Amino acid sequence: MWAYTGKRLLQGVLTVWFIATATFIAMHNVPGDPLMNDKAVSTAIRANLEAKYGLDRAVFPDQYLIYLGNMVRGDFGISFTQQNRLVNDIIREHFPVSATLGILAVLFAALGGILWGALTALYRNRLPDIVIMFLVILGISVPSFVFAALGQLGLVQLNGLFGRQVLPVAGWGSVGHMLVPSLVLGLSTMAFLTRLMRSSMLEIVNADFIRTANAKGLPPTRIFLKHQLRNAILPVITVLGPAIAAITTGGFVVELVFAIPGLGRYFVEAVQQLDYTVIMGTTVFYGAFLVLMVIVVDLIYGFIDPRVRLE
Amino acid sequence: MAESTIATGSVKASDFAPLAAGRSAETISRPSLSYWQDAWRRLKDNRRALISLYIVVGLLLLTLVGPFIWTMDPALQDLDQVSQPPFADRSATIAAPYSSWDTSDVAPSADGLAVIEPPTSQSVRLSWESIPGSSGGYRIYRNIFPIGPERALGLPLGDVFGGAPRFFEDRLDLEPRTYYYSVVALDENQRETTAFLQRTIDVRRVITAKEAIDKGLAEDTLPVGAELRLTAHPLGTDYLGRDLLARLMHGARTSLFIGIFAPILYVLIGISVGSIAGFAGGRLDQLLMRFADFVVALPFLLFMIVFKIAFGIGPGESGIFPMLIAMVILLWPATARLVRGQILSIKNQGYVEASKLLGASSGYLIGRHMIPNTLGVILVTLTFAVPSAIFTEAFLSFIGMGVAPPTPSWGSMCNEGLKTMLTTPHELIFPALFISITVLAFNLLGDGLRDALDARMRSRE
Repeated sequence: MWAYTGKRLLQGVLTVWFIATATFIAMHNVPGDPLMNDKAVSTAIRANLEAKYGLDRAVFPDQYLIYLGNMVRGDFGISFTQQNRLVNDIIREHFPVSATLGILAVLFAALGGILWGALTALYRNRLPDIVIMFLVILGISVPSFVFAALGQLGLVQLNGLFGRQVLPVAGWGSVGHMLVPSLVLGLSTMAFLTRLMRSSMLEIVNADFIRTANAKGLPPTRIFLKHQLRNAILPVITVLGPAIAAITTGGFVVELVFAIPGLGRYFVEAVQQLDYTVIMGTTVFYGAFLVLMVIVVDLIYGFIDPRVRLE
Repeated sequence: MAESTIATGSVKASDFAPLAAGRSAETISRPSLSYWQDAWRRLKDNRRALISLYIVVGLLLLTLVGPFIWTMDPALQDLDQVSQPPFADRSATIAAPYSSWDTSDVAPSADGLAVIEPPTSQSVRLSWESIPGSSGGYRIYRNIFPIGPERALGLPLGDVFGGAPRFFEDRLDLEPRTYYYSVVALDENQRETTAFLQRTIDVRRVITAKEAIDKGLAEDTLPVGAELRLTAHPLGTDYLGRDLLARLMHGARTSLFIGIFAPILYVLIGISVGSIAGFAGGRLDQLLMRFADFVVALPFLLFMIVFKIAFGIGPGESGIFPMLIAMVILLWPATARLVRGQILSIKNQGYVEASKLLGASSGYLIGRHMIPNTLGVILVTLTFAVPSAIFTEAFLSFIGMGVAPPTPSWGSMCNEGLKTMLTTPHELIFPALFISITVLAFNLLGDGLRDALDARMRSRE
């Protein structure tokens, strides 16, 4: 167990190094000059600025090593477009917002997926199954920004119906701000998990141990909760790692549409303004976060299902 | 049966006569079906998959042939018809060129808010009765929605101050629609009072004879008052007056090009890497697969954006190719892993061993036995890859990181349509509908292909 964890963490560190290197190479290929739009009119000012950001040295290995060294120390540098703002501060300020939104969305998606998936399997080929599977196909086929737009439209209508603000349409701050955006964000993952849960349940419904449980005379609710649900959830947990990844990075659209001050929206802004350090810092930070999430989910999986030996 | 006849002792010698020659027992009575024929037969029985296949073919026709049938230029702006819904009224009347309104010999209205001349998209000329308490003048408002009990007056058009006559001419972006005008009395400090007049006015579309000729709607100068019909836009127009149908068809070219070519490219790369890794095994396999693991770990959307800006878009370029390259770089590992797994399982099959014994080269083994046997799985992967590539394009174009304007794509059209979602929903609905239908069709087709091609992966629905 410990050896496995250690090995996974080591792999994770290597992966993060790869992400950092890929980001570095990509960002150094961006056409244009980071100081192009700046006030570096005279060569002296320009030289000073270049010295400040270390741009006067060779890209490889000097700049690369400085960059890696800073990353190891957890220092992502200074923003190019916002004076006196550290990338670390930007991440510290905006990541919790994205994380809250993401966690809520994952919760919505997982709970909804497990519940709907179990329902469709129990009512196989009957009305609830048909209705839910139709909605699932809709959830997979409609792009997330359409759901975001519809969600906002729904909020406007809701507030209009009650003649007062029941839930805020945009912005961030209270629980009311979070509900609809996180639901919208989790919707496609929920559809995906519902499908997975359904096929996983259908596989278990006819398993020998379920027949035994029935033969023993266990009450159906007990069979459902203790035997079917617990076993069918396992595949859902395996894909939760990649699902968290998809939801956290997919947050851009929801953050843009609902005007939520999250890191995703910040990243898009940084790309539009070619804020090199912010782009690199955010990418590496997100990458490290996702690698960690996948490792955590794998470890939890081994903990929940003793049949999976961690080695 | 046979035993019972023997038991009753009714066996005759003729029962043991040899069969007449001529009918060979070796002949297979039914025509043999190849793998692909069998798959096609299964697919044909699957109604959902078949309908999806028709939709996919229809979409491809729309993309390839559509622009030759509906030849409207997708970049052409029809400023007479901005943000028009589908099947909007296209009639217009020829009017004299605009001349400024001389109010010196016009008597102001004595009864409510009145329109002096017929309201046209050229100008709406208003006059109103004197409102008590309007010592400071009047403020004129226009709304596209009914004013209602909340007194939502809409857009303030202008003020008419105390001494001036009670006339106002509106020439601000008039469209042929119903407007709700209101005039509010101002007190001596130019503050609005509660007294106001209102009137609902239907504006008629007019163009001048010269405009009609310039736009190719008429050959000769038409007389004032003549009726004509403007250019048809079957699906309406967007906020710049561009034809939505033409834009959807050209946008389909962008979206489907990326949606189909990116998967084909990265699946091809995945096949090469996967088959080399699976076939060679050992060090090379380890190396290639570790590298694939690293690439899989890159956060996809972030790196799509990072790579896209790294490749850069020059002026006048659409940005389709940077997106294509970024997608190929990031997405090949999944296919490589899949193909490698397939190759590994086929590698030890009897027929491969036999072929090897007969002296087949590695290239022949890969090309003749291994890839054809994985083709079914690859085709299924490819079908499922198309909708996700279309989604990626739409997503990136939606956040403004995708195809550069003015090149239309479904994603960027959705982005533009979202801004006017409340007033002209058709600008969002049509591109969103096309994305959804395409993605749905490819998903259902993928399900059908998986059921038809791969017995092991057959879904349990």
